[in-house]
Amino acid sequence: MPIQVLMPALSPTMTEGTLAKWLVKEGDTVSSGDILAEIETDKATMEVESIDEGVVGRILVAEGVEEVAVNTPIAVLLEEGEDASALDAVATPAPAASAEPAPAATGGNGMDPSPAAVVPSPSPVAAEPDVPAGTEMATITVREALRDAMAEEMRHDDTVFLMGEEVAEYQGAYKISQGLLDEFGAKRVIDTPITEHGFAGLGVGAAFYGLRPIVEFMTFNFAMQAIDQIINSAAKTLYMSGGQMGCPIVFRGPNGAASRVAAQHSQCYAAWYGHIPGLKVVAPYSAADAKGLLKSAIRDPNPVVFLENEILYGQSGEVPLLDDFTVPIGKARVVREGSDVTIVGYSITVGRAIEAAAALAEQGIDAEVIDLRSLRPLDTATIMASVQKTNRCVSVEEGWQKFGVGSEIAASIMETAFDWLDAPVQRVSGADVPMPYAANLEKLALPQVEDIVAAAKAVSYRA
Amino acid sequence: MAKAAAKRTKASPGTAKGARAPANRQASTEELLHYYKEMLLIRRFEEKAGQMYGMGLIGGFCHLYIGQEAVVVGLQAAVTEADASITTYRDHGHMLACGMDPKGVMAELTGRRGGYSRGKGGSMHMFSREKKFFGGHGIVGASVPIGTGLAFAQRYLDTGELTLCYFGDGAVNQGQVYEAFNMAALWKLPVIYVIENNQYGMGTSIQRHSAQTELFRRGESMGVPGSQTDGMDVLAVKEAADVAVKHVRDGNGPMILEMMTYRYRGHSMSDPAKYRSKEEVNKMRAEHDPIEQVRRRLLDGGSVDEAALKDIDKQVKAVVSEAAEFATNSPEPDPSELYTDVLVEA
Repeated sequence: MPIQVLMPALSPTMTEGTLAKWLVKEGDTVSSGDILAEIETDKATMEVESIDEGVVGRILVAEGVEEVAVNTPIAVLLEEGEDASALDAVATPAPAASAEPAPAATGGNGMDPSPAAVVPSPSPVAAEPDVPAGTEMATITVREALRDAMAEEMRHDDTVFLMGEEVAEYQGAYKISQGLLDEFGAKRVIDTPITEHGFAGLGVGAAFYGLRPIVEFMTFNFAMQAIDQIINSAAKTLYMSGGQMGCPIVFRGPNGAASRVAAQHSQCYAAWYGHIPGLKVVAPYSAADAKGLLKSAIRDPNPVVFLENEILYGQSGEVPLLDDFTVPIGKARVVREGSDVTIVGYSITVGRAIEAAAALAEQGIDAEVIDLRSLRPLDTATIMASVQKTNRCVSVEEGWQKFGVGSEIAASIMETAFDWLDAPVQRVSGADVPMPYAANLEKLALPQVEDIVAAAKAVSYRA
Repeated sequence: MAKAAAKRTKASPGTAKGARAPANRQASTEELLHYYKEMLLIRRFEEKAGQMYGMGLIGGFCHLYIGQEAVVVGLQAAVTEADASITTYRDHGHMLACGMDPKGVMAELTGRRGGYSRGKGGSMHMFSREKKFFGGHGIVGASVPIGTGLAFAQRYLDTGELTLCYFGDGAVNQGQVYEAFNMAALWKLPVIYVIENNQYGMGTSIQRHSAQTELFRRGESMGVPGSQTDGMDVLAVKEAADVAVKHVRDGNGPMILEMMTYRYRGHSMSDPAKYRSKEEVNKMRAEHDPIEQVRRRLLDGGSVDEAALKDIDKQVKAVVSEAAEFATNSPEPDPSELYTDVLVEA
């Protein structure tokens, strides 16, 4: 029986990739360990080795084809003794490109259950109130938006520099800093040793002296090593110095669950940093907000914790083509208007809230969706205005519920909009457990669209 | 007492040759008078702070620098006003040596609006951008990466300046200290790490807290050179500092100076000091006092008499009294200050 060679998943969040190059041709004999092809993912170009021996019977996906879903057959190997006629027994060439991940790549089959499969619905609301009507838009990924924001600010201000693990020569562990070393050089794009506590503190010192560091954490999970410097040094020194010692620094990196990386690498720190006076905390969802908020964060004279999401990096969105597009820190955005229930999320949960709103619309419930964008300062005015209209609210976060973002939202609503509530606020959140590895358990631990729908129906007293 | 198997200078307060100065170290009368006055100011200031703490005018933690004066005075004499300094929480002496106003320092100790942080920082958290003094940090070890960041900025901006990063023997076992050493060595940053080895990390003696008690060697694995100096002798400190300053200004990267010193008072005001004997403290004061050493040099040199030194004593006393008075009479911060300085208004 001929052997199918499948498009491999080369990272926890990969759902598709580009078949950059074939290193074998039909008729070649290969043994296990031979390099068959080069695959380009959103993070890197990787070589794919053969795990079997045989003759390349047919190449199913041509060189240069993009968006090849994980698990798509890309070639067929003939085993010893088989001839070309055996090829007919196996799959015909797969559709080359697909925006949707292959079905096999999702769900609980042991493959990648990445919630990246969530496709952001087009927002029925204008992209950004501050963007003039008729502004030309470019469709770019969140990854590109973040890179562009840093590049623009580095061009604009010589004191801005980027430091972190693998940000320079490797071009970023998640390719966020791609190209920055080439443009700005090793003085301003600095690879650090793996010493989060040390380089976070070094960044704080540089900021005290007058530079504007961008400190990248490979993920915020590793920033726990550095949390003393973020809180005790960066956040508090302005106050302790009677206003003398400002700390204009951005701590940024992916936050929250990626996909199947288990407990130590899947944690949302929004509530942790949201608790701290002296910090600003930002967590964008869209590409436009990623760019506009990062530019604002770099310019801000205060320490800003900038929480990204690995799964969102590859998602595209429209970004205004303006010379200097910024989004103010501390302003939420209504991404879908509705009259029956308010759903408040941030970062990746906004996408799920939008999906939930679509599902609710089919059941006759008109949901309003708010993307908080900033956690501190929290735009309670936008939440209250919405709750006064809908009289019901569901908060959504990937973090734990206890002492969490939803708790803060619920308490704020109770304090200032109690009389407008027709139902208790419901909090949809991550399960109160360390993140499990198993695909099915991980899915259960994270807030899903169905959970949001159920909560919205509950506060609407609909079964 | 730590063994003094030093790389460059063999010294510890316990092995220093008594209060008499080694004849080979020369300093002008003017220089000696400067050291005398600076050290005496710190000594009298700290004694007053201790007294005011006892009267309830100063609250919280208060870590006095008495006994260690030669370290900061000798070091600061080797750098310029443009160079930066940073230290941990035993910081009053550093602020005075950096030229900060004793009134503002004392008023911060009393938590008044005339203090450097307008009463919001206290003993451990004071800063002066003007004097290039970057704190005053309460977390043991945390100021070491921060100080390294100051040096990073100096190099980035190509200022030609350096940073004196002071910390104690208690901080040397913090992991982030080595993270900072490594980056400073890797990037050849202009920083001098001054380890003020006063023999005790709070109540734990160095023999009980450090497997390797020769702290100047702590950078060896990263190629950071170090030396050990009698930190009770201000001339020895200045000499060692000159070597380090040259090393750093020549672009060779960081250097470690271990200063063998001793604090006469407890770790903080609430320290009963049961971990060491009265005899140990008294012996140190009697035989190695940094101020007495300079006094002897001045008098033995013959160019200055007792009366001249008494005059200085009087001047210093007046400065300290004025600071104490200011700190006592300066009003508490306005209640509206509670919510200011949390964020810089963008």
